[in-house]
Amino acid sequence: MVIPDFALNVPLAMQVTPADWPGGYWWHWLFFTIIIIAFVLIMVMGVIYIERRGMGRMQSRLGPNRTGPFGLLQPVADAIKVLLKENIVPATADKVVHWLAPIIAFSPVLMIFAVIPFQNGALLADLNIGILYIIAVSSVATVGVFMAGWGSSNKYSLLGAMRNVAAIVSYEIPLALTIVGVIIFSGSLSMNQIVVAQDIPYILVQPLGFLLFFIAASAEINRSPFDLMEADSELTAGFHTEYSGMKFAMFYLVEYAEAIAMSAIITTLFLSGWRGPWLPPWLWFLIKTIIVFFVMVWTRTTLPRVRIDQLMALAWKFLFPLALVNLFIAAIEVLVWPDISQWIFVGANIVIAALLVILGSKLFKIGWGRLEV
Amino acid sequence: MKFENYGIGIIKGMAVTISHLFRHPTVSQFPEQRLNISRRSRGNELVWSREKCTGCATCAKACPQGAIEIVTSTNLKENKYEVEKYRVDTGYCIQCGLCVEACPYDALFMGYSYERAKYRRNDLIQADDELLESPERPVSGYFHPEIAEKLPKQTLLVEKVTEKRKKE
Repeated sequence: MVIPDFALNVPLAMQVTPADWPGGYWWHWLFFTIIIIAFVLIMVMGVIYIERRGMGRMQSRLGPNRTGPFGLLQPVADAIKVLLKENIVPATADKVVHWLAPIIAFSPVLMIFAVIPFQNGALLADLNIGILYIIAVSSVATVGVFMAGWGSSNKYSLLGAMRNVAAIVSYEIPLALTIVGVIIFSGSLSMNQIVVAQDIPYILVQPLGFLLFFIAASAEINRSPFDLMEADSELTAGFHTEYSGMKFAMFYLVEYAEAIAMSAIITTLFLSGWRGPWLPPWLWFLIKTIIVFFVMVWTRTTLPRVRIDQLMALAWKFLFPLALVNLFIAAIEVLVWPDISQWIFVGANIVIAALLVILGSKLFKIGWGRLEV
Repeated sequence: MKFENYGIGIIKGMAVTISHLFRHPTVSQFPEQRLNISRRSRGNELVWSREKCTGCATCAKACPQGAIEIVTSTNLKENKYEVEKYRVDTGYCIQCGLCVEACPYDALFMGYSYERAKYRRNDLIQADDELLESPERPVSGYFHPEIAEKLPKQTLLVEKVTEKRKKE
């Protein structure tokens, strides 16, 4: 296969620098482990604040505004409250599974951040299969959710967990396929290399890919309109119905840490990660991540929750074929015209994306119409 | 061909939510900011006037809950009833206002006050002098238009918010 030219013609200064740290690799490891844990915990608090205030304003409310200036301390107050609460385990629960579930759900989310570049070369491990690693690791969180559902011995928990597994198995496919589209253009699986190769943000080169990835990602991390696994109106709280105290806090943390992880991945894959003029790279990365998260909040306030059959139909009848076609087009473009400027693809791909979305929605049908019983 | 089923609806909806983000929120912060309640509010309490009351017990008969208890004795010298005990269990009261409408001597009013929750059930039972009008227990204009005229006009949240938006 012809390796696209733009992936090779990267200026030398932009190349990944090896971890040249005093004391060797372990200092690098320690430094970035601390940074990642601090980043995740602080960002979760900030993001909860953004979500609650932003959602409040969009619903013509104020949101939390009592604790501290502008309600800034509300996440802290919530954390303290949840830490002091009693930890109740149901009598009939599978105790070991019930205890392990929050940890198993939380650790893969932290592991995702190991390969996310905060700026050029600033990441825990610059794996050359970074994005593949993310796909592999992020799915493990589902096991934690399913363990929670099973271990609680509660019908709502189990139903929520089953829905979660079904949704993630389905949405993993369009997610992976759109990622492949990006990889074809960047010519590398390494997260840092993907950013380095991104002279034009891939949201412009792959508009359809971005759209599909965003939808699949919201479904993957159970954010509304796809939050069927914890649909309060149907399943009380889904898989974490029987959780309280610190273990509930862990699930809450997972929910938002996953949202941040997905925002960070979208930033890296489609919004040219840490690259940007004037501001320092890590700040660009932060700003873009928060903007993507804000769009998630925005969709959450706007769209009502879908039904389970609509969720499945959307994955298999809309996202999956479109992702395949998108991948096919990307492959053709890179194979046939490896040397021309990517700006030509931008216009063409936006038109193709619009046409495909219209065609896809025209052909999209849920079930075989209404079944008369 | 109608362009309604291609995600246009989602975009329209998102435009609506984002426009709300930059608008003044439609709220009032209750303990600090208070809106005037309706002038004809049927508040949490009854207000009773000892001077006007003749002890006819029409209110007690009108009450669908039987929440009003009235005990009278005959004053033969002045040829009238003396009210010995007037007792209302506001815990049973459903704020229907039938007693106020039934009173032939305008001796009973609905209260204008709110925030009258109590910690003990016994505190809900009010008797005799506790029921009289006082600055803390103002009278509502319910069934008494002459009182309603003197009370401040009800503020609607919408008016307040639009006023604020015009200023901005």
